[in-house]
Amino acid sequence: MKFVDDFRHAPSARALLAALRRDVHPGATYRLMEFCGGHTHALWRYGLQELLPPEVRMIHGPGCPVCVLPSARVDLAIALAQHESVALCTFGDLLRVPGSHRTSLLHARAAGADVRSVYSPAEALELARREPTRQVVFFAIGFETTAPATALLLEQARELGLTNFSVHCNHLLTPSAMTSILESTQVRRLAAVPIDGFVGPAHVSVVIGSRPYEHFAEEYRKPVVIAGFEPLDLLQAILMLVRQVNAGQARVENQYRRAVTREGNARAQAVVSRVFELRRTFEWRGLGTIPYSALRIREAFSDLDAEQRFPLTLPAGRENPACQCGAVLRGALAPEECPLFGTLCTPESPIGSCMVSSEGACAAHYTFGRRSRRASPPPASTEVGR
Amino acid sequence: MTTAASGAHDEPCVELVHGSGGRATHRLVEELFLAAFGNPTLHARNDGAVLPPIPGRLVVSTDMHVVSPLFFPGGDIGSLAVNGTINDVAMTGARPLYLTAGFVLEAGLPLADLARIASSMATAAGAAGVTIVAGDTKVVEPGKADRLFISTTGVGVLADGVELGADRARPGDRLLLSGSLGEHATAILAGRMQLDLEARVVSDCAALHELVAALLAAAPHLRCLRDPTRGGLGATLNELAHQSRVGMVLDETAIPVTEEVRAICELLGFDPLYLANEGKLVAVCPPEEADAALASLRAHPLGRRAAAIGEVVPDPHGFVELRTAFGGRRVLDWLAGDQLPRIC
Repeated sequence: MKFVDDFRHAPSARALLAALRRDVHPGATYRLMEFCGGHTHALWRYGLQELLPPEVRMIHGPGCPVCVLPSARVDLAIALAQHESVALCTFGDLLRVPGSHRTSLLHARAAGADVRSVYSPAEALELARREPTRQVVFFAIGFETTAPATALLLEQARELGLTNFSVHCNHLLTPSAMTSILESTQVRRLAAVPIDGFVGPAHVSVVIGSRPYEHFAEEYRKPVVIAGFEPLDLLQAILMLVRQVNAGQARVENQYRRAVTREGNARAQAVVSRVFELRRTFEWRGLGTIPYSALRIREAFSDLDAEQRFPLTLPAGRENPACQCGAVLRGALAPEECPLFGTLCTPESPIGSCMVSSEGACAAHYTFGRRSRRASPPPASTEVGR
Repeated sequence: MTTAASGAHDEPCVELVHGSGGRATHRLVEELFLAAFGNPTLHARNDGAVLPPIPGRLVVSTDMHVVSPLFFPGGDIGSLAVNGTINDVAMTGARPLYLTAGFVLEAGLPLADLARIASSMATAAGAAGVTIVAGDTKVVEPGKADRLFISTTGVGVLADGVELGADRARPGDRLLLSGSLGEHATAILAGRMQLDLEARVVSDCAALHELVAALLAAAPHLRCLRDPTRGGLGATLNELAHQSRVGMVLDETAIPVTEEVRAICELLGFDPLYLANEGKLVAVCPPEEADAALASLRAHPLGRRAAAIGEVVPDPHGFVELRTAFGGRRVLDWLAGDQLPRIC
């Protein structure tokens, strides 16, 4: 466990917190957006949120692939799963996300649809080999981090000559989302959500490198520190951002040098570009339609593209009008400020996607941050016999 | 024993005829179950087991067992069914005496697997000094069950003066844990995902009644016992806090988790505090008996890694909180649904 213990060393954390307290200017506010849900989760899980100086305010960004998938995409997954011959495989978190009509893939499964939760894309391929009579569809979601694995999967499926396997591609690109946030009227013109710097996504940058974020530092004058997900990584990144803000700098710094280079992983980038190309537009929950912000399967692999094999046209998805996930994802609203938070929308009965994923900002706030609020009753299904 | 061949490998399997009530059923019971569990009560072959008088208060607990894979490092569904119900009885403070066992068999289950599971149940029951006194089998069509479900009911006897209850935790009480967390769940996960791990994780599946007896001898005013099975320590403590209307504060660094379990949890993005255990208990103990209780746990082979992990505090809202290694605090909440591996 040396690979993580060094990054959870309590005396080092205390030293970093002391340095932060020394460096923050009293009375100033440092508004830092942690882009990744993984960072949000780590902040709460290790109790860092309450240890930070009050001058440092963390704003949760849209970096959770489940949270930013709009209802229409969930509806699409449900429709695919309801196809008689289809076994739909996807990651577990997506199963609980409600679609337009508060139904989910879990509900579809309970009603008889063949929905399988997989731990890795390779399991979907294995299922296709094992069950040749089923049309296995892998509903792929995730940012640049998981796209190479999906791309490799498609190349393997091609090599194996599988005819009962296809991928529904919903891979998203993080720099586009960051641009969307910085270009949003709330952030740019109204200055309602000023952001002083970004904690950059670590796993994404392992693949694409730190270079794509230089644009934000130069164009928008926002410092970016690419940070790992361990508590010491986060604390160090926050200190680096505070120091940049104090010095009036806006550079991309790489805290996660043990895995991230400026250029990223060339082999991973190559397989992604062999298999995928940019979509002209893609809808993100809360951020709207963002140009060139997602990937689709290239023509050369169209026989393995579920969008070609199962052409589905669905009416536009309908978000719950009271749900404020969009504003939460843009950093315009804290989870607790949503009128549904913790009352109608809870992890047991989620309305918005941010309450579903373990990396969602609302789920993290609900799960870890409830101390100051009224305790919720236990879940209705509390076991009696054990 | 029937030798009717079925399945791709011509191995003898459970068939629908085994559930007909006819000769095949008779032979399955006689040659497989009675051969494994044989004892005078069972051999009497009555519709019900006639048991001798039992002095003291009776404790009855029943449980269903469904697990995939059926065999895993450190145990199988049979030992799990026996130890799980023994532990449910033991968590009341009682001494387990008898078990009954019901089997739902899916046609196609290899008879060799069933025999191995029955033998494992007999071994587990024998080791615990518990007698299997009644049982039942049903066979269902292929696809109507996941190979084998086992239901066990346990009967035990509670000595006078032992009064444990989930509503008895009081502020100031100490929380004790008998060993490291998550070994059962990670062994099952590793088996299910066919993880080729360098470090082998073995289920902690074990009967805890002797550990409980030692603990009660050292701490006669113990408030409550629970085995943190499904939902793990997180769910167990939330249940106790809710039922007793108290809060709890845990020291994260005091909670034992093995290197192997921690490594698998890191790999998959799981929290060991929510993983199932099958050979661990949590005790809520009055402060004046806590040292003796901890010493008695540590003196037993099943409690060698026992630890004091926190204390009960006043809080009508029933929050369970964790003091992290850095001095921060966070809520250890109920888990919503299953733990799921991270996406990226």
